Amino acid sequence: MHINKNIAISETGFVFNPLTGDSFSTNQVGQEILRKLQGGTNQEELLKHLTEKFNIDKTTLEKDMTDFMLMLNSYQILMDDEKA
Amino acid sequence: MKKRKITVGVTGLNNIDSPGPGIPVIRALKESELFDIRTIGLSYETLEPGLYMHDLVDKSYQIPNPSTGTSSLLQRLEYIHRQEKLDLIIPNFDAELHNFIKLAPQLKSDYNIATFLPTQKQFEARHKSVLYEFGEQNEVKVPFAKMIFSASEIYTLGEEITYPLVVKGKYYDASVAATPEQAVNYFHKISAKWGLPIIIQEFISGNEVNVTAIGDGKGNCVGAVPMRKLYITDKGKAWAGVALEDDKLIDIAKKVISNSKWRGGCELEFIKTKEGEYYLLEMNPRFPAWVYLAVGCGQNHPEALVRLALGEDVNPYESYEVGKMFIRYSFDQIVNMSEFEKISTFGEL
Amino acid sequence: MTKLSYERPVITKLNTGTMNKFGTRTEYAPVTQIDGVPVKKLIADYGSPCFVISERTIRDTYKNAVRAFKSRYPKVQFAWSYKTNYLNAVCNVFHSEGSWAEVVSIFEYEKALKNGVPGTKIIFNGPDKTESDLRTAIENNSMIHIDHFDELYQLSEILQDSGKKARVAIRVNMDTGIYPMWDRFGFNYEDGSAWSAINKIFAHPEMDFVGLHCHIGTYMLTTNAYSVAAGKLCDLAFNIKQRYNKNIEYLDLGGGFASANTLKGSYLQGGDIIPSVDDYAEAITSTILNYGFKPDELPTLFLETGRALIDDAGYLLGSVIAIKRLSDGRRATIMNFGVNLLFTAFWYNHRISPAQEISAQTEDMVIYGPLCMNIDVVRENINLPLLNKGDNVVVHRVGAYNMTQWMQFIQMRPKVVMIGMDGTPHIIREHETLDTMLRYEKMPAHLKEFKL
Repeated sequence: MHINKNIAISETGFVFNPLTGDSFSTNQVGQEILRKLQGGTNQEELLKHLTEKFNIDKTTLEKDMTDFMLMLNSYQILMDDEKA
Repeated sequence: MKKRKITVGVTGLNNIDSPGPGIPVIRALKESELFDIRTIGLSYETLEPGLYMHDLVDKSYQIPNPSTGTSSLLQRLEYIHRQEKLDLIIPNFDAELHNFIKLAPQLKSDYNIATFLPTQKQFEARHKSVLYEFGEQNEVKVPFAKMIFSASEIYTLGEEITYPLVVKGKYYDASVAATPEQAVNYFHKISAKWGLPIIIQEFISGNEVNVTAIGDGKGNCVGAVPMRKLYITDKGKAWAGVALEDDKLIDIAKKVISNSKWRGGCELEFIKTKEGEYYLLEMNPRFPAWVYLAVGCGQNHPEALVRLALGEDVNPYESYEVGKMFIRYSFDQIVNMSEFEKISTFGEL
Repeated sequence: MTKLSYERPVITKLNTGTMNKFGTRTEYAPVTQIDGVPVKKLIADYGSPCFVISERTIRDTYKNAVRAFKSRYPKVQFAWSYKTNYLNAVCNVFHSEGSWAEVVSIFEYEKALKNGVPGTKIIFNGPDKTESDLRTAIENNSMIHIDHFDELYQLSEILQDSGKKARVAIRVNMDTGIYPMWDRFGFNYEDGSAWSAINKIFAHPEMDFVGLHCHIGTYMLTTNAYSVAAGKLCDLAFNIKQRYNKNIEYLDLGGGFASANTLKGSYLQGGDIIPSVDDYAEAITSTILNYGFKPDELPTLFLETGRALIDDAGYLLGSVIAIKRLSDGRRATIMNFGVNLLFTAFWYNHRISPAQEISAQTEDMVIYGPLCMNIDVVRENINLPLLNKGDNVVVHRVGAYNMTQWMQFIQMRPKVVMIGMDGTPHIIREHETLDTMLRYEKMPAHLKEFKL
C-alpha cells in the first residue's frame, strides 16, 4: 500500500490527483493522514501519531481509518503495491 | 457625466454551449453609459465559465442550490452583502426565480438590495401548462392546449383539436403526432420521463421568431427587439441570429407586456405562420442568452432593468438598428488549478 | 501538551454533485432544544427514539388558522381530524381551543365521545359505517356524512318506523382541475349523482339535510381548487334552496391544506411553495361570500384540516446506531427510528437536524432505519454534518399521521411526550413493552411445551 506520490495537498484541504484529474476536499485529520502517508509513515506509526496528536481513542480511530483508507483506495489516491 | 458606481449580483454564469444569460447580461451592464458597475457573479457550480472571466466578473460567490430553499439562500446573500454591499441582484435562471421572487420584499426592506422581478402571479400565469389561458387573458394567440392525465383522454379530444398535434411534457420534450395512436405512444414515452400532466397542443406550422423585451410593471414595454435564429445547435439553441424589422411582432410583444403588466426582462417565443399570424409558444420570465443582441442594436435592456430596479422612470426605447446579427462562439479559457481550488474550498473567487 | 480535537477523517470528491455547501448552514444548524427543553434531557428522561409534541405550537397554529378564517367569514367551525393524530392529549388541546371532532370510524367516534365531545359536535365521515355505527350516531344526534348510496339506503332502513330523525349531509366529489380527482369518496357533482342523492334524502322526512361536504385531496398546493370546490357546493346549496326552500346549515370544505414538509420529487422546499392558511381562507371565503347568499342565510363554514394544524408541532428524536459505507462508496447512517415510526418518510423528505454541535464538514448520505427490512429508508440522499455513533438527531414536522399510522413491526413503539405551555414535559403515551404485545396473544394448549 502506498500513496500516489504526485498527490498535491494544500493547506486548505484541497487535494488534487494528477493521475486521474480528480480533486477533493478533506478535513484536518484527513490532511494529517495524507501527509504522513506521503512521508512514508506506516499504518502502525500513523495510528500512534494520531492518538498522540488528537483527542481520540485507538478503537474509534482504527474504525475511522479503515473507512478513510477505503475511500482513498476507491479514489485511486492509495494504490496496492502489487498493482503499482 | 460621471457614471454612478453600483454593485450588481448576477446569476447564470454558465456560459457553456447552451448558455445561461448571466455573461451576456454582464457585458451589457459593463457597457452602460450611466453606471459604473461592479459585477458580483453568483454561481451554483464550480465550473461555470463566468467565474473565471475576471474582465467581466469582478468577484464571485457560490450560492446554495435553489432546492435548499429560501432561508439558506437568504443567509448566503446576507453574507455576500456584508462583503460587497449589493445594490441589486439580477437572477437569470428559471429554476431560481421562485425563491428570489419570494425573497424580493425582504431583500429590499432589510438590506436595501433591489430586484426587478415579475410577481409570483405573473410568474405562474405564463407557465407552459396555463399558457393558453394566459393568451386569452392578454389577447395574444396561443396554440390551443389542454392538460391531460390519462392516455385515454386522447381519444376523447374530439372537436377540440385536430391532427397533427403536439404532445408535450410538463417541463421538456415535445413530439408531433399525426394520429391518436402516435399521440398515445408519445404520451407514455414523455410521461415516463417527466411525469404527469401531459400537454396536448395544437400544431402550428411556420417560422420561429423570438423577442427579448422588458416591462416596467405598470403596463409599459420599455424595450423589445425581435430576432430570428439563423442556425441552431443540436440542442436547439441559437448559434446565430439576426434582428428583424417586424412592427406587427413588436406590437404583439408590447401588447403582451402591457396587458400582463409584466415586470422585468423576458423572452417571448412565437411561431409566425405562412398567413402572417403570430402564435405565442412560450414566455420565459427572464432575459434570454441572446439579450446582448439588443445591446448591439442600440437597446441596453439590462441597463434599463437596473434603472427600473433603482426606482427610476425609464423612457421606452422607440427604435433599434436592424440588420445586426449575433454569432456565438465557444472559447477555451486557461485557468490555474489554484482558482478552481479557491472557489471549491472557500466558495469565493 | 493538550491534544487537538478530533474529527473523523473525510475526503469528498469535488464537483460531483449538484449541491454545494456554501450557504446551506441553516439546514445543518443543530437543534438542541424544543420549547426550551434540551433535546439531550428529553432523550435522557424519555428514551431514544421518542416523539415530542409542542402544545404551544399546536395552539399557535390553530389560533392562526381560526384568525385567518374568522377575520374573513362570520361563521366558522373547525373539527379536529382524528385520523391525523388521535392521541387523546392532542385531541383535547384542539377541543380546548374550541374545535369539534371529525371521525371516520366508530373507534375514532368512541374516542371522541370519551374525550368529552358531545355527540352533536361530532362529524361522522368515511365509507365505513356499520348498521350499529349508524344507530349510535343517530342516537347521539351526530352529523352523518353519507358517502355512498348503500349507506343512504341503510340509513333509511334504520330510520324507518324508528320514530327517530338523523342529521345528514352528503360528501360530494368533483372536478376541481386537480389530479388525481378523489372520486372514490362521496357522490360525483358533474355526473349528477350528488343531486340525485340530495333528492333521495329530501324524499325521506326522517332525514334532516343539514350540510354539504367535500374533501378534494391532500397536500393541495393550489388554492384555486378550493374556490372551484366552494363554488360547486354553493351551487348545490342554491339549488336546494330553489327546489326545497331549505337553507342548509353548513358547507364543510374538508381539509387537505399542505404543511411545510417537502414532498419527494419536489424541486423546491415545501415551505417555499405552499400557500399560507390566509391564502386558503381567502379562496374559500371569498367564493362563498360572493356567491349571493342573503346575509342571514350564510351557511356555517366547517373545516377539517388536520395535517396543516399538527405537522409542525411534532418532532421525532433519535440516535445514530452505526455509520457504514455502501459498496458504491456512499455513506450510510443507521438510525434507531425508521419507517415503522416515520410512515411519512415514504412521501416526504423530512428535515433532519443534528442535536449537538457540528463540524464544518458535511457528507452526502443515505439514512436507514433499524429494521432488518430493505424498505426501511428514511432519506435516500441527504447532506448532513458528520454524524457518529451515539449522536442524536431531531426529525421535524412529524405531527401528522405518524402517531396514527406507525407500525408495531420488529420494534415496539416509543413514548410520546407533550411539552406543555409552561415548558413541562408530560408523557402522553407510554412506550410499548413485551407485555403490551403478549397481552393479546393466546397459546393453544398443545403448543405450550416444546423441547429443543
